[in-house]
Amino acid sequence: MTRSIYKVDPEQDFAFAVEFMEKPVGHHSAGLQRLLNLFRGEPLEGKYVLVCVKPHREWRLARLTGVRGKPVELVGDIRFTDLETAERAVFRLRWKEHTGQDLAIQ
Amino acid sequence: MLKITGYSDRLYARAGETIDFKINCDDPGEYEAEIVRIVCGDDNPEGPGVKEIPFACAANGRYPARRQEIRAGSYVAVDDPAPLAALKSFTVEAFIWPTTPAKGVQGVIAHRDADAGFALMVDASGCLAIEVGDGTSVKTLSSDAPLLARRWYHVGASFDASDNSLRLFQLPLAPVPRVADEARMKVTASFKPAEAASPVYIAALPELRAVSAFYNGKIDSPRIFGSPLDDASLASLAADAPIATGDPIAAWDFSADMHSQRAVERSDGLHGRVVNFPARAMAGWNWTGEIMDWKQDPSQWGAIHFHDDDIYDAGWETDFSLVIPDDMPSALYAARIRMDGAEEYVPFTVTPAPGKESRIAFLLPYATYMAYANDHLGTDGGNGELLNNILNVLNPPDLFLNEHWEYGGSLYDNHSDGSGICYSSRLRPIVNQRPKTQGVLGGYGGSKLWGLNADTHIIDWLHAMGHAFDVITDEELNDRGVALLEPYAVVITGSHPEYVSTEMWEATRSYLDGGGRLMYLGGDGFYWRVAYHRECPGILELRRAETGVRAWSAEAGEYYQSFDGRYGGLWLRQGRAPQGLVGVGFAAQGFDLSSYYRRTPDSLKAEVQFIFEGIGEDELIGDFGLIGGGAAGLEVDRAAPELGTPPNAYVVASSEAHTNAYYIVPEEFLETGPALGGDENPSVRADMTFFETPNEGAVFSVGSMAWAGSLSHAGYDNNVSRITDNVLRRFLDPTAF
Repeated sequence: MTRSIYKVDPEQDFAFAVEFMEKPVGHHSAGLQRLLNLFRGEPLEGKYVLVCVKPHREWRLARLTGVRGKPVELVGDIRFTDLETAERAVFRLRWKEHTGQDLAIQ
Repeated sequence: MLKITGYSDRLYARAGETIDFKINCDDPGEYEAEIVRIVCGDDNPEGPGVKEIPFACAANGRYPARRQEIRAGSYVAVDDPAPLAALKSFTVEAFIWPTTPAKGVQGVIAHRDADAGFALMVDASGCLAIEVGDGTSVKTLSSDAPLLARRWYHVGASFDASDNSLRLFQLPLAPVPRVADEARMKVTASFKPAEAASPVYIAALPELRAVSAFYNGKIDSPRIFGSPLDDASLASLAADAPIATGDPIAAWDFSADMHSQRAVERSDGLHGRVVNFPARAMAGWNWTGEIMDWKQDPSQWGAIHFHDDDIYDAGWETDFSLVIPDDMPSALYAARIRMDGAEEYVPFTVTPAPGKESRIAFLLPYATYMAYANDHLGTDGGNGELLNNILNVLNPPDLFLNEHWEYGGSLYDNHSDGSGICYSSRLRPIVNQRPKTQGVLGGYGGSKLWGLNADTHIIDWLHAMGHAFDVITDEELNDRGVALLEPYAVVITGSHPEYVSTEMWEATRSYLDGGGRLMYLGGDGFYWRVAYHRECPGILELRRAETGVRAWSAEAGEYYQSFDGRYGGLWLRQGRAPQGLVGVGFAAQGFDLSSYYRRTPDSLKAEVQFIFEGIGEDELIGDFGLIGGGAAGLEVDRAAPELGTPPNAYVVASSEAHTNAYYIVPEEFLETGPALGGDENPSVRADMTFFETPNEGAVFSVGSMAWAGSLSHAGYDNNVSRITDNVLRRFLDPTAF
């Protein structure tokens, strides 16, 4: 599987973050897709996933361990009742991890 | 977490035949078993809902719960090695290609009781070692030279009773300067090995309660001699030359009967049982690379690749049985097991009695369910989030499988040593191919279905539209051939019949040539060749050779199937691209949003008007649905005359506007370059196709896995449903097109 070595530029990429927040899933601009290839292509260790707790209704945030057979680790008690909100929340977490800054979009 | 798991001995049965169900429960007590007809397994509140019809029969009832365990790990056992009992002096040797030398103790060749006999092994330091028991204690001699992974070694040990000398050798076949992985040890022992009564184990060690210390990697030509071999003899063995010191007492030849679960022994008939289907027809230490087909010289494929997570038959006890009653209609059923809020389904089908068939058959693609059986796509390898362009959503089966590798993986997973899993069995619980399960590749939001549960959308539609139909499986098609299809006017495929045996492919071809009519309501169909085992039930083989969308890649020299000797891989590479059979073939995949189809000018021709009755010329087709929100999605197929789409085919609609999570499949391009994605590449599309076959047969293909998820939209009153019904009714009409 491919990986990205792109480095996030918090100023130049801000417009793409805005684009993602408006529409997290679907057709993306090339610039947003480049950002997503970095975020979504992170290694399995610590990678964010959603754990379904009520089918089609509720999901919890979790992280993979990257170690075969080791249980998935829930992240606090962060719950989502729709998948778009979950996508935005994880994007914010990754933005901060890569830039050191909170994503200043409401 | 799942608390009940189960499986059955048979997948399909007819009236009078018996299916045995084997159930494991975490908790003690009683469970309730009920046979239910599965109409729809989709629990999405936006969809048609779960629909089950209880079937009254003697098997329904309450049964005591019990734990049943799965023991994964492959090895060879020689149960009665009597000729070895009197050994005073001996040599034990083999060629090995370890894949995880650092994982801990692993058996190579053992004839050892608790404190007697010998065991050649990889020790806790990743070095070759010999353990010898004198009847009271065990002595160990280690090479103290760590083995390297994925390199061939000639290894062994000998004991000379005349002077009590114990020797150990670890000889790399391709030594590398400054890599200290060669060892020749000799010590004088103060003891003699005592006689062992245990079976001989290859690739594992006997422990008190069970076989354990499974070895990962290849073992080739394991032998035991009744004397200590000198260096000259060892050199001769490594040169594949005869030796002067006589024949071995036991010489296992893994290149013989490679399809079988028998380890042939050439000297004394000390044949072994091969347990849990390690990979056979694996390139051996002496493979030259000059030939690729093991049938030309099996002796170059004398290796078995063992894995500590191989699994074939869980071997559970039967909890209850169902004798198929005469009045049980053909359908998809399951034994539904419930206890204290936990639930499990064990699916099976009932085939109609000869002469009692409906005019429509729904052909359940169970081989493909087995390919995806117990996949770990959400948790291991593959980096699915990047592929799907959406967050991975894990469901209870994913979490369970992540922590229970003893249930085995899928043909999409790697073994613990990183090698690809090339066999999949249904004689184990397949927890992700059940009603009410979702699949990590099932698209964004919506129902998110894959495999068996996705195909219940088609069963539900047939049911809702009032069509009488039978449900048969491709495994039975493999077993019985075209005779299974011949009674039917129309055969309908599942949403993803990707894995097809030669027998299945040829039966489908014969059915079409004989005037049969096929509705291929899926995507990525007829893509990989697989082989069912001819003697052992419920297991199939795949070699991910050459090209294709591959979760792993077969090693060089390992493209030929062990079960039947045929060249494995894509049907495209056998000169049988899917386009030649069903008009379209796998072109692209993406797992976020699905799209829609737009009619082509071909769709206005009089010959295909029956498809579009009641549908406007400019109407978008399937811009709705439960799988990614559209009828064209997940894995999509295109027509391609150069790959065999018949010249009489009409491409009546094509999908468009796929997202840039969709990419064309690797065999669609030869050189790397840009514009491979759905927003740029014209091959990223599903082509809806119709053509006639000889004797008034016909094929209608939608070329999309997501089609089935749109059938129920708006109370089954939508253009996807209408097209499907138009075609089905016309196909049922025997008049020529």
